[in-house]
Amino acid sequence: MSRIHASEERLTQHDVGARDTTPRIRRSATDTAARGLDRRSFLKGGAALVFTLGTGGGLSILPFRSADAQSRWAAARGTDPTQLDTWIAISESGDVTAFFGKMDMGQGVDTAIAQIVAEELDVDVERVSVVMGDTHLTPNQGGASGSSGCRQGSIPLRNAAAEARRVLVERASEKLGVPVERLRTQSGAVFVADDSGTSVTYAELIADGFERELDWNGQYGNGLLVEGRAERKSPREYRVVGTSVPRKDIPGKVLATTEFCHHVTLPGMLHGRAVRPPIANAVPVAVDERSIAHIPGARVVRVGDFVAVVAEQEWHAIKAARELAITWSETEPPFPSMERLYDHIRSAPVVADNSVANFGPRRPYDPQPTLDAIAASAVSLEAEYELPFQSHARMAPSVGVADVRDGEALVFSDTQKPHDTRNGIAKLLGLPPERVRVVWRPGPGSYGRSDADEAAFEAAVLSREVGRPVRVQWMRHEGHAWDPKAPAAVITCKAGLDAGGKLTAWYFRAKGFSGWDVMFNASDPKDTLVGQLIGWPKGDAHNFGVPGESYAFPNAVKFWETIPPLMDRASPLRCAHMRAPQEPQLHFAQECFLDEVAARAGVDPIELRLSLLTNEREIAVLRAVKELSGWESRPSPRANVRGDVVTGRGVAINSGFGGHVATVCEVEVDRRSGRIWAKRFFVAHDCGLVINPKGLVATIEGNIVQGVSRTFEEVRFDERAVRSVDWATYPILDVMDAPESIEVVTIDRPELPPGGAGEPAHVTVPAAIANAVFDATGVRLRRIPLRLA
Amino acid sequence: MARFVLNVDGERHEVESDPDMPLLYALRNDLTLRGPKFGCGLAQCGACTVIIDGNATRSCVIPISAVEGASIRTLDGLGTAERPHPVQAAFIEEEAAQCGYCTNGWIITAVAGLERNPNPSDRAIREMLAGLKCRCGTHMAILRAVRRAADMLAAERSVGAQLDGRESEGRAQEGSA
Repeated sequence: MSRIHASEERLTQHDVGARDTTPRIRRSATDTAARGLDRRSFLKGGAALVFTLGTGGGLSILPFRSADAQSRWAAARGTDPTQLDTWIAISESGDVTAFFGKMDMGQGVDTAIAQIVAEELDVDVERVSVVMGDTHLTPNQGGASGSSGCRQGSIPLRNAAAEARRVLVERASEKLGVPVERLRTQSGAVFVADDSGTSVTYAELIADGFERELDWNGQYGNGLLVEGRAERKSPREYRVVGTSVPRKDIPGKVLATTEFCHHVTLPGMLHGRAVRPPIANAVPVAVDERSIAHIPGARVVRVGDFVAVVAEQEWHAIKAARELAITWSETEPPFPSMERLYDHIRSAPVVADNSVANFGPRRPYDPQPTLDAIAASAVSLEAEYELPFQSHARMAPSVGVADVRDGEALVFSDTQKPHDTRNGIAKLLGLPPERVRVVWRPGPGSYGRSDADEAAFEAAVLSREVGRPVRVQWMRHEGHAWDPKAPAAVITCKAGLDAGGKLTAWYFRAKGFSGWDVMFNASDPKDTLVGQLIGWPKGDAHNFGVPGESYAFPNAVKFWETIPPLMDRASPLRCAHMRAPQEPQLHFAQECFLDEVAARAGVDPIELRLSLLTNEREIAVLRAVKELSGWESRPSPRANVRGDVVTGRGVAINSGFGGHVATVCEVEVDRRSGRIWAKRFFVAHDCGLVINPKGLVATIEGNIVQGVSRTFEEVRFDERAVRSVDWATYPILDVMDAPESIEVVTIDRPELPPGGAGEPAHVTVPAAIANAVFDATGVRLRRIPLRLA
Repeated sequence: MARFVLNVDGERHEVESDPDMPLLYALRNDLTLRGPKFGCGLAQCGACTVIIDGNATRSCVIPISAVEGASIRTLDGLGTAERPHPVQAAFIEEEAAQCGYCTNGWIITAVAGLERNPNPSDRAIREMLAGLKCRCGTHMAILRAVRRAADMLAAERSVGAQLDGRESEGRAQEGSA
């Protein structure tokens, strides 16, 4: 058995200092809270922890009254990764609870975790429930992030379940007086192999918990890893993993029994609403509280430049926020006109740069040899691709409930990263992290660093000010106009070809706003709107990325450059990662430009890619999608296209987050109206071991359809403010425009660990559509949203 | 503030509120229902949809004072785990939800739509659902689910018609005896 080296905490983040073009790696302290927290003492005495809110009396508010707080494990367990009891609990009735420091955001990750635990532990999957994203119950595994739910998040659970089974067999051996070699496990019980009459259930063996230690690699976040002494099953033995176990979350969502974050209420809770400025950089000069005096119970709370109202009734808070009269400062409009966005990016100074993908350390690069090689080539090509700001535009805008009192805070949020949010709210309130409990509850899909955290921070500020629990629900215009945006960019590609049409050089330069203008978690108030409004100076971190596929481009250079943000605080156009960080933008350029090269060389776009790829898995998915789609080998565009409605096909690939994808799109273009319908998709997908085939296909479909939507989305703004404020001004895909079909082939690789599926397919969509439009019409579209008319 | 009487899922409720308060807030906060959800407050997304007197209606904009005396049906009252509505059964079978926040709107709109048009073409199903928003991109599974529900309902009607036929046949025989 290999021991994992327990080193210092190594959840690193890469950060670029002010006007410093050298990204530097900062080792950040992460989960001191969990270390300082001994839940056995903190929550000792199961009965005492059931505290009725509103009674005062100095009891902790953190173990709130709910089913889980009253259960046995809530009292007895901790979040220390080295304890087996942290990960797995078996009740007296034999039900198994797995504690998962990530969450399912709608792709069925909790079901996959239950399958993995059931598999290694030999229990029925129906008996496994998964507790997710509660800072007092689950270890800090980094939350929902980087398609890592199965890829990284499942590994500690798998190892813990295997170790739990080993301990159970060991105990059964002692109890039954039978050597472990003669014991086998099935459906939550240990049997004597040659004596089917003799058995003992897990519940009988484990009433007092495991009390075993695991080796821990010392990391928190996505990289957290623990191992026990147990040997894990070989994939050949899998009976639950690899099957389409029904998603655990679906019935509750369909039958209206699921408690979303939006349903959480606390006794004595007030409703809060913030008021936003009419010009993005205006601040409140005067607030006329009399303007809402007629609204029952409504009152103003102002902290720094953050203005909000609270009221007993939600409707009264909404009305008060609408009617509150505020005198705003006169300011110079902060933004370029929308028409000038891409010129602004082209001419803006470069603040930071790098030549590697998202999270890599800085690597030096020199474009000159590439440019020289292009200049010396028989043919040179150049194209610029323009990518707009996009909004996460969640189905519901941000929501959060907070109860701050007596040096503690209990917070409900649908954040993607509750442990980080806990640290950030602790910092905001000046509390030790272990005195703050953030409880994740399901919310609308957030797909990146959306507005999800914002309301929880605002609720915490308001609760601290008014001394009562406060629920903040952002309104629609806030969700669209004030969420962190996917960064706009201009991507320049250049290539040289020799006389035979063979590539001689490849140049890729992405220049845009920083994807880390808002960092990828809310572990600091500086990365929240309310934090910046009440005086936390905004950060200055820079990141964009370059594509990372295995194309063997000769004389290649790939690099990114970021430019200053448009405002230095509280900007509605502040940028953060959206699904698959900046990969959709990057691959729109790379995969379209490859098609431009193929067209110029007169070769088939798939053949060109196959001639350049070196990674076997990328080659395999590309070949698979070629076969699946019945791809006709020929150059684009199609010849002799006639008629008002024409069709074409395009391809794009992506590797990332442990997944490899090739996508073919067939479009139908109405040449009279300019309507582009992404009609059919064919997707070949390899993410290693497949845990739940049906769930994987559904996840891929979601990747594709959301990708179609984003191919036609952009945030609208003028010099003064964001003008995309609702679904009419920021349309997303309607069901009338949804594809006719999406055919998926998955390549299962049981010998490999599970890779990511939450993002890789999404990345391929805009380029596949644009390449198909070119094939159909001969028109090369280089700007998102794609528009022919 | 005034007192309003609501008929929701066959039960009578009294709610005290401003007359202009949208129905959604009464359903969410006063009746603590979990089906209808706040998505936009602008009748643009459908997450708040309920059936009022047979019509799929966006409860986030209709004032509470306008629905007194009306029959209001919600997802909460539609079916149970033991007896799901056919549309719910189809959504569960097709696993037609990702985050599930918009699911209420699709199911309720499909229920009202299928009551109005029991034999929809695939095209008619899309038209029935047009305008609803789903950020996760669950459209393909939702379309499969509504197709399945329509087919299930058609099969039930067919069985029902056969049973009715046999019954009326039986009655005719009794009459002649």
